[in-house]
Amino acid sequence: MKIVVCIKQVPDTAEVRINPETNTLIRDGVPSIINPYDLHALEAAIQIREGRGATVTALTMGPPQAEEALREAIAIGADEAVLLTDRAFAGSDTWATAYTLSKAAETIGFDMIICGKQAIDGDTAQVGPEMAEFLNIPHVAYVKKIDSIEEDRIMVHRLMDEGYDIVESSLPVLLTVVREINEPRLPSLKGKMRAKKAAIKQLTHADINAEESMLGLSGSPTQVKNIFAPEVKKDRRMLEGSVEEQVEQLVNELKKLKCF
Amino acid sequence: MRIVVDEKVCTGCETCVDSCPHSAIEMKGDKAFINEYCQVCRICLSTCPEGAIKEVGESMQKKQDDFAAHRGVWVFAEQRDGRVARVGIELLGAGRKLADKRGCLLSAVLLGADRKEAEELIRWGADTVYLAPAEDLRQFNDEPYASVLTSLIKKHKPEIVLAGATPIGRSFIPRVAARLSTGLTADCTALDIDEDTGDLLQVRPAFGGNIMATILCPNRRPQIATVRPRVMKKGEYDEGRTGEIIEVETDGLESRTKVIETVKEVSDISVNLQEADIIVSGGRGMGGPEGFRLLEELADILDGAVGASRAAVDEEWISYSHQVGQTGKTVCPKIYIACGISGAVQHLVGMQSSDIIIAINKNPEAPIFNVASYGIVGDVFEVVPALIKKLKEAKGQ
Repeated sequence: MKIVVCIKQVPDTAEVRINPETNTLIRDGVPSIINPYDLHALEAAIQIREGRGATVTALTMGPPQAEEALREAIAIGADEAVLLTDRAFAGSDTWATAYTLSKAAETIGFDMIICGKQAIDGDTAQVGPEMAEFLNIPHVAYVKKIDSIEEDRIMVHRLMDEGYDIVESSLPVLLTVVREINEPRLPSLKGKMRAKKAAIKQLTHADINAEESMLGLSGSPTQVKNIFAPEVKKDRRMLEGSVEEQVEQLVNELKKLKCF
Repeated sequence: MRIVVDEKVCTGCETCVDSCPHSAIEMKGDKAFINEYCQVCRICLSTCPEGAIKEVGESMQKKQDDFAAHRGVWVFAEQRDGRVARVGIELLGAGRKLADKRGCLLSAVLLGADRKEAEELIRWGADTVYLAPAEDLRQFNDEPYASVLTSLIKKHKPEIVLAGATPIGRSFIPRVAARLSTGLTADCTALDIDEDTGDLLQVRPAFGGNIMATILCPNRRPQIATVRPRVMKKGEYDEGRTGEIIEVETDGLESRTKVIETVKEVSDISVNLQEADIIVSGGRGMGGPEGFRLLEELADILDGAVGASRAAVDEEWISYSHQVGQTGKTVCPKIYIACGISGAVQHLVGMQSSDIIIAINKNPEAPIFNVASYGIVGDVFEVVPALIKKLKEAKGQ
């Protein structure tokens, strides 16, 4: 079985801060990490390999430095890694990203694709299901457990608002996974050694037979018009005085609001 | 499409270098230079005080002929066990405003429910309802849902389609957008129309929820957006409102996925959180699990629920079911008390529609104060115990 795991290198968003004066992002020294949900996707693929045999290919699309993320994926346990990098991909929205990744997955070949449920920088959760549509394969989103895998079928638990569904799908299939599915392992020493030496395959748009008009910013239906910080509330009241006095004022307000 | 620096205009002030979220601007000599890391996010365009940064090349071609034919605002109203989910009603509230501004009809799409539910959608503001009552649509499955909605959109050509950002909407709507070759914007927190172009102004948190962005889909129709539950306000319920229900036949639906069983498993915590009138919420400033004991005590006195920011949940001080924010629950209680929460945008979008927000934080610059109705600058470990004491006194305990 061939499994492709899609990973994304993201800024550790907990570390991103905003400069309140210029209203821009301060990214100095913000570390890049593998999107945490994708680590669960990778773990799920490795567990399938350990259970019934499979090859696990980590795939990412990004600038050249995204290679670091792929080496980490190999250190954790991916068999091989593919970096999709090309200036033509710059500015891709979810639609163009999903198209590009789907062409790459076709080129690599797969029986199953596993993605994290969403990336922590964009939080859209769209790329996985859009990829499945481009590839004309079924998908199951928010998978929290893989029950069983047979030659041509898979049974999974899909997280819903009010519980979960037990869903059966034919193969090939694309899954997006949530944190509950497993506990990702850390890179091993042996894995790190292997990752250092591993050859990372690089693909450009020509290698994946992609339609140029569907790539990057010019192939993206959505565009960012502007970015801004949220507005300050107009009727804000900052309380003053000692802690005792401030708390007293607050309790009076809560009383007026009939909180107790 | 590329971003370039006009070297004749660039003064080498370096303002743009720090503005780039992708570290794609560097100095070459005394001029700015855009390197290969550029993601064409365009943030630098407005940053340059000289206007030296420009876009070159063509953007996605407009499909002109098809473009003008699209008209109307649609809401995909999801149902569970045959009953319309609340988010569908909320979207009708938002959709009604957009439709009125655009001077067009508001329609709802309802799959796998009966006429009675469709009539409810009309009372909540829909002019027409496309109802596909087929029994096999009762249970959510991605492929049949995607094909029914796609074919309805192709046939009737709405200009805007809204859906709930729920496990259902977030799973199958991307398939619809991919199939229609159009844009999809997830988790919008505000929607408006550019009256000149008809473009839907889709506001959502970006860059990990650290800042807001307005997203456009200028060259494709329909424009599709998802909105999380409890973000939009319901419209007026009008018992006597009339509209048209159009029944849609859906024969021969195929699906490669099949739901074998549905298991109900609702966490009491999440339910309490979304229904509580008062929420006492804690963030990184609570310092550890013991900080949350304090908040539980405060919540008990006020008969409220305990919430948490992503930072506190990531630190494992409290379970995920308490998380409020873009990746947790969206809440809108009467009173939200934020303790030791700095107020990252991704948290704010999950609670800023609360009626009254009380912020307690030792950092006077914390962004949480920007959305607060009442602010106390101080140490949570002094303020919260004092508050608990005063409340107990006031209640005569």
